[in-house]
Amino acid sequence: MLIHRPADVLPSEITPRSLFERRREFLARSGAGLIAGAALWHGLPADARAAAKLQTTPSPLSTTEPLTEHKAVTTYNNFYEFGTDKSDPARNAGRMAVRPWTVAVEGLVGKPRRFDIDNLLKLAPLEERIYRMRCVEGWSMVIPWVGFPLAALLKEVEPLGSAKYVEFLTHYDPEIMMRRPVLDWPYGEGLRLDEALHPLTILAVGLYGEVLPNQNGAPVRLVVPWKYGFKSAKSIVTIRLTEQQPATAWNKAAPQEYGFYSNVNPEVSHPRWSQATERRIGELRKRPTLMFNGYAEQVAGLYQGMDLKKFY
Amino acid sequence: MSLSLKTPSAATLSAIKAIVFVLCLLPAANLALGWRADALGANPIETITRASGEWTLRLLLITLAVTPLRRLTGLHWLLRLRRMLGLFAFAYAAAHFAIYLWLDQFFDWRAIALDILDRPFITVGFAAFVLLIPLAATSNSLAIRRLGGRRWQSLHRSVYGIAILAVVHFWWLVKADVLEPAIYALILAGLLGVRAWWRELERRRQLSVPPPAKHLQRPVIRIVPK
Ligand code: HEM
Repeated sequence: MLIHRPADVLPSEITPRSLFERRREFLARSGAGLIAGAALWHGLPADARAAAKLQTTPSPLSTTEPLTEHKAVTTYNNFYEFGTDKSDPARNAGRMAVRPWTVAVEGLVGKPRRFDIDNLLKLAPLEERIYRMRCVEGWSMVIPWVGFPLAALLKEVEPLGSAKYVEFLTHYDPEIMMRRPVLDWPYGEGLRLDEALHPLTILAVGLYGEVLPNQNGAPVRLVVPWKYGFKSAKSIVTIRLTEQQPATAWNKAAPQEYGFYSNVNPEVSHPRWSQATERRIGELRKRPTLMFNGYAEQVAGLYQGMDLKKFY
Repeated sequence: MSLSLKTPSAATLSAIKAIVFVLCLLPAANLALGWRADALGANPIETITRASGEWTLRLLLITLAVTPLRRLTGLHWLLRLRRMLGLFAFAYAAAHFAIYLWLDQFFDWRAIALDILDRPFITVGFAAFVLLIPLAATSNSLAIRRLGGRRWQSLHRSVYGIAILAVVHFWWLVKADVLEPAIYALILAGLLGVRAWWRELERRRQLSVPPPAKHLQRPVIRIVPK
């Protein structure tokens, strides 16, 4: 289909009404955050730290839909490096050490840099971003992420004019992760530079106001809410700006099933699943899937004139 | 009760049957209790869809294992369990299909029809289920008598094809990790392979044995084409 005028996002979802409605909750949460705060952050054992509160500000880009339970968000995960059953990551990802951790930002940039994770956390104010998350398998969640726009990081390294794409490579350690070549490890993902710079695209470092659990992609992961979940790479170690479209893990595994773009699109079905509907975790009946996962108003412009059946 | 494993008494056999019956019900009971206790994870519908599918496949393979096991162990009474195992396989298949129709699709007939037509894994799963229906319907003594042993047997041979469809269904539905369906495929290959091998041995035997004298000839089921 061609993109003309997207109309399936309620204005209420992007106006600060959500911010307004959630203000009291936010105040309570950030108050607690201030007290628990940064002092606790250092010098705590890893498991205690995992529950450390993060100080956040709310975002007008958040949805006001009811949140998916914390337990579901942290026990129902696709993180194939730790097993292909969705209950595996919660069991196995604890083996991954998330400190020390560095993220190299390289490639076609003016100032390549290696960020220590603790510096990365201070790069920009942490925001709470409540996003819908739609998995290509036909289920969805509403997750309160904590993070900052990827654009803030990319600005630091000054992308060159020749940079067209951003590649994300994730941590792979065969000692603690899946050794069978189910996917081409390490898991790689990619975005077009304009997608990467879009204000909705964030690097997440937490959820539910706390430090990101390992199974959700600690210590830092991508979240691109208008694309199927697998685009949002977890436990990122390298971000590379390139001129050529990077190869991506699922596209390599099954090119006719998973395209580079993988925008949520109810009209383009996957050979195994109709994408017209989805089951929101915690609900019994399916609901219709929205174009660009309900973010059409913000992102449809990125794909003006593109045939989304071809660029699926 | 007779303690002889080779020729159990009627009472022992009834006890064995009762135990197998209860064992076959356990997975279903487990799922039902898990559902009530909300202990089936974040996506309980997916959990029961998958569990019922997997038990269908397991029971199909167990049913197919009866004949080879009987031959290898000489425990001929195993055959007496086969009908029950096969009917349980069908019951789990029916539950699997019902869960799909009801909880997964909520009787959205359009979506169901599209699924069956468009998604190869659903197409073969559906074919496997439909083909099981005549087998379940004729799994009783009356049907065997009506059809006659030969026709009944050739009808029920379709279970080999059904088992292959079931494994293909599983293979096609996994996203990337084919380990589990590959294990089932291997087991099925073993169960079908051993039959083919025995058949081949029987064929050779029949070829090498000179036909008996006319007056000794009794009807034999020849598997060698004339
Ligand atoms: C003899 C018939 C069948 C057998 C043996 C069978 C077996 C299986 C198996 C082994 C699984 C995978 C379980 C797992 O992932 O662990 C499965 C999943 C599934 N089957 Fe079947 N099945 C049969 C018929 C059907 C039919 C008739 C339908 C629907 C029309 C169906 C729909 C599904 C669906 C939707 C899934 C889940 C896919 C997913 O979760 O991604 N199956 N089945």
